[in-house]
Amino acid sequence: MSREQLVVERTRKAFLTGSTKPLKFRIQQLQCLLRFITERRKDIADAVHKDLYKSEHGTELFETLGLEGDIQLAIEKVWEWAAPRPVEKTLLTISDEVYIRPEPLGVVLIIGAWNYPWAVTLKPLVGAIAAGNAAVIKPSEISSHSAKLMEDLLPLYLDKDLYPVVTGGVTETQELLKQRFDHIFYTGNCTVGKLVMQAAAQHLTPVSLELGGKSPCFIDKNCDLNVACRRITWGKFVNCGQTCIAPDYILCEASIQSRVVEEIRKCIKEFYTEDPKTFKDYGRIVNQRHFRRVVALMEGSTVALGGDRDESQCYIAPTVLKDVTGTSTVMTEEIFGPVLPIITVSGLDEAIGFINEREKPLVVYVFSHDKKLIRRVITETSSGALLANDCLVHATVSALPFGGVGNSGMGCYQGRHGFDRLSHLRSCLIKKLNMEAVNSMRYPPHTAKKMGWVRFFLFNQVSVCRLRRMALLTLVTVVRFLLYNGSYQY
Amino acid sequence: METQIQVIDRLRESFRRGISKPEQFRREQLNSLISMIRDNEELFLKAVHKDLNKPKFEAIMSEMDILFNEAHYALSNLKTWMQPEYVGKNMATKLDDCFVRREPLGVVLIIGAWNYPVNLTLIPMVGAIAAGNCVIIKPSEVSAATESLIAELVPKYLSQECYAVIRGGPEETKALLKNRFDHIFYTGSQTVARSIMQAASVHLTPVTLELGGKCPTFIYGKVDFKAAAQRLVWAKFFNSGQSCVAPDYLLCSRATQDALVPAIIEALKKFYGEDPQTTPDLTRMVTLKHWNRVMEQLKSSKGKIVVGGESNQEEKYIAPTVVVDITADDSLMDQEIFGPVLPILTFESLQEGIDFVNTKEKPLALYVYSDESSVVRKVLEETSSGGFCSNDGIIHMAIPTLPFGGVGVSGSGSYHGRWSFETFSHRRACMMRGWALERLNSLRYPPYDENKLSWLRWTTSPKSSCNIL
Repeated sequence: MSREQLVVERTRKAFLTGSTKPLKFRIQQLQCLLRFITERRKDIADAVHKDLYKSEHGTELFETLGLEGDIQLAIEKVWEWAAPRPVEKTLLTISDEVYIRPEPLGVVLIIGAWNYPWAVTLKPLVGAIAAGNAAVIKPSEISSHSAKLMEDLLPLYLDKDLYPVVTGGVTETQELLKQRFDHIFYTGNCTVGKLVMQAAAQHLTPVSLELGGKSPCFIDKNCDLNVACRRITWGKFVNCGQTCIAPDYILCEASIQSRVVEEIRKCIKEFYTEDPKTFKDYGRIVNQRHFRRVVALMEGSTVALGGDRDESQCYIAPTVLKDVTGTSTVMTEEIFGPVLPIITVSGLDEAIGFINEREKPLVVYVFSHDKKLIRRVITETSSGALLANDCLVHATVSALPFGGVGNSGMGCYQGRHGFDRLSHLRSCLIKKLNMEAVNSMRYPPHTAKKMGWVRFFLFNQVSVCRLRRMALLTLVTVVRFLLYNGSYQY
Repeated sequence: METQIQVIDRLRESFRRGISKPEQFRREQLNSLISMIRDNEELFLKAVHKDLNKPKFEAIMSEMDILFNEAHYALSNLKTWMQPEYVGKNMATKLDDCFVRREPLGVVLIIGAWNYPVNLTLIPMVGAIAAGNCVIIKPSEVSAATESLIAELVPKYLSQECYAVIRGGPEETKALLKNRFDHIFYTGSQTVARSIMQAASVHLTPVTLELGGKCPTFIYGKVDFKAAAQRLVWAKFFNSGQSCVAPDYLLCSRATQDALVPAIIEALKKFYGEDPQTTPDLTRMVTLKHWNRVMEQLKSSKGKIVVGGESNQEEKYIAPTVVVDITADDSLMDQEIFGPVLPILTFESLQEGIDFVNTKEKPLALYVYSDESSVVRKVLEETSSGGFCSNDGIIHMAIPTLPFGGVGVSGSGSYHGRWSFETFSHRRACMMRGWALERLNSLRYPPYDENKLSWLRWTTSPKSSCNIL
């Protein structure tokens, strides 16, 4: 038996003891997870620095801050999320209990990614724990320091049988995927996403795939370019462009291209100094393979600013490419690096056409003061999310579902959405054995008269609220009538 | 005659042009669907009668009226469902608009089943149309008469630009699945579902799988046997047991079995008469292959038949049959019966019964009959299933506000009512930021420092929105 098989079996056994069902237990585990993040902040920051050259503050801002918020929200809300959810009844079920009962699925596999090794791996875990599942956590081997730290320390805080960490590379992941899970949550790229879904099909395991794509960013020529470019620069170069929701490329009219370049130049200088290479808050490409990949993407395009690189450090300067076209090399795949191509279009129509010719991205960004223009982008494109006039921040609103569509993914999470995604919403109809006479109309032998009654009772969509309102209205009418009658006498 | 690819391309082009998206269009199409059934009610009744010997009552209740109900429900609620849903924000995003928009997915494929050939093909279609998609339906070729009728009528009533029927058997379905869809909705068996999900993975197409399984029924504690038996018999032998949510087998104590069996026999006699083969109110097995499968299971059983057991191959008829003295390894416990045979397993305690059920795969539905609410609660809390119903059977399917779907190998995803609309929609998170307060944004820009970070901790915390405002 392989190591992976053993781990999964042990996790399933632990789940079947029922210990994750009580909400108190789930809250306690979430509190432990929170304690882990806060107590080990320094260790986590060190690991991320080794993996991605991210500064301590950068790690807190982009990894742990959001994670802490998510955990706190789950701790506060799990009672509400896990409670039975009553639904509207039909006339026939009016005296019955009709509700949806959120239940754990069982053992969830969470495959994390390397770009935000903590946030992207542990955020789904928050949903999994809150929903009462056990989870096998497989951090990305590419962010190896974070993976090691997770493997060493997480079992000191969380129940190690219910939430084991399994490290390893492709072979170990493939072995894990042969096992049976009740849900697989994968963050990464499309190619592996397909393999994950294929493996899941063997066991009919539902999947959530948080993938990526090329997120376009349209800049209206009449908008405040200074503010727009500040927000875009920030969104693009955070984590050296290695963010699934980073603006991948810009679409704008030719008349503003040089101004856009100039504004971005100013912002880069302001955020990352004249020499980003020596600046603590500018990161690195995760490894040499990705470094070479990103550098190769720049081939054939004109560098408007930046372009410097150093393979020994996996450093690529914040770079902007201009006069890029749809067939340029840089447009053939998601960049996932600090390279920002600008493609000029004749206007919004061409921009929308350009976006729609391509796979649905994780986000569409649009910068404009014109509400009608923004409305057109919303209604005429499709994407996981749409954010107008800023970048990335929609991911901080826990009430918004975070996920893709088409090639950018399936399923969503964050806050309650994560809880629901990793729960089974079980329909419950609680009837009693009384009032059997009413049922006789549906039993054979069938007659036309019985049919009439069934049609009336079973399919009358009378909402209970409406009945109450009707009853109240009747009561009010009667009372008014009585009062009026009364008033005439006086 | 168009090829499959031509049909799909045509629908994709229609979707690209936005034809299926406007609310008015969706309403018209839903109304046309209602007219299609209403105008041709007799033809539909004839078709399902030909396919399954389905009595008019069953057909109206479980095929036509339930479809009308869903379509009317969608029409009444469409405006609300299509509205953007505004959501709560944190302090940093208080001045912004955050909402979730339900958007159509594109071209969706619905593969129907033969046991309720109208219901299981067209009810998902209601949701797909309501959500603004273009839809290809592939009715089951096993219920051939209904397949034929649907293929003839859908192009006459619904927009041919946006909706199409593709006919065929396993080969044609395999070819169809090589194409790219934006969602695949399948009702049927676990085996086929695996290949569908595999095919879908090539294009990263999300799937909804409505499968089956052996739905257990517990009868424990104090029970009104007459009422329980009638409801159980109705639920089990409706469509001759060919329902994905039919109670597949019973679990009770020996004493309960002794009291229950006479009550079941009584109910059977009341419903289907002395000779069930002559009543018009019992359907038949859909094909000889299915008849053979159930008969094989019954013949190989080591249990004792207490009522029924008669059959007629020519008519594909199997009498409502109850078998006792069943053990866990009996042939009737091998696979989903999907026929009018009800095995009874005896476990002296409810706990033993629950433990037994939990060794098996999660079923689509799970039932318990008892006058004791503690029994009901125990079964509910200690088992898992797609849906749960106490003191009745299959009827929970008719409530459009309840999500209908499985868990584990009984399926993934759900539909009916609003759930259908959500299944065929993409929930797109939308955020409209203002241009003002750019200075506040500088908190997040590099260079990073502790001061900025502490402000950000406060403004982005979910608590901050509750406490301050």
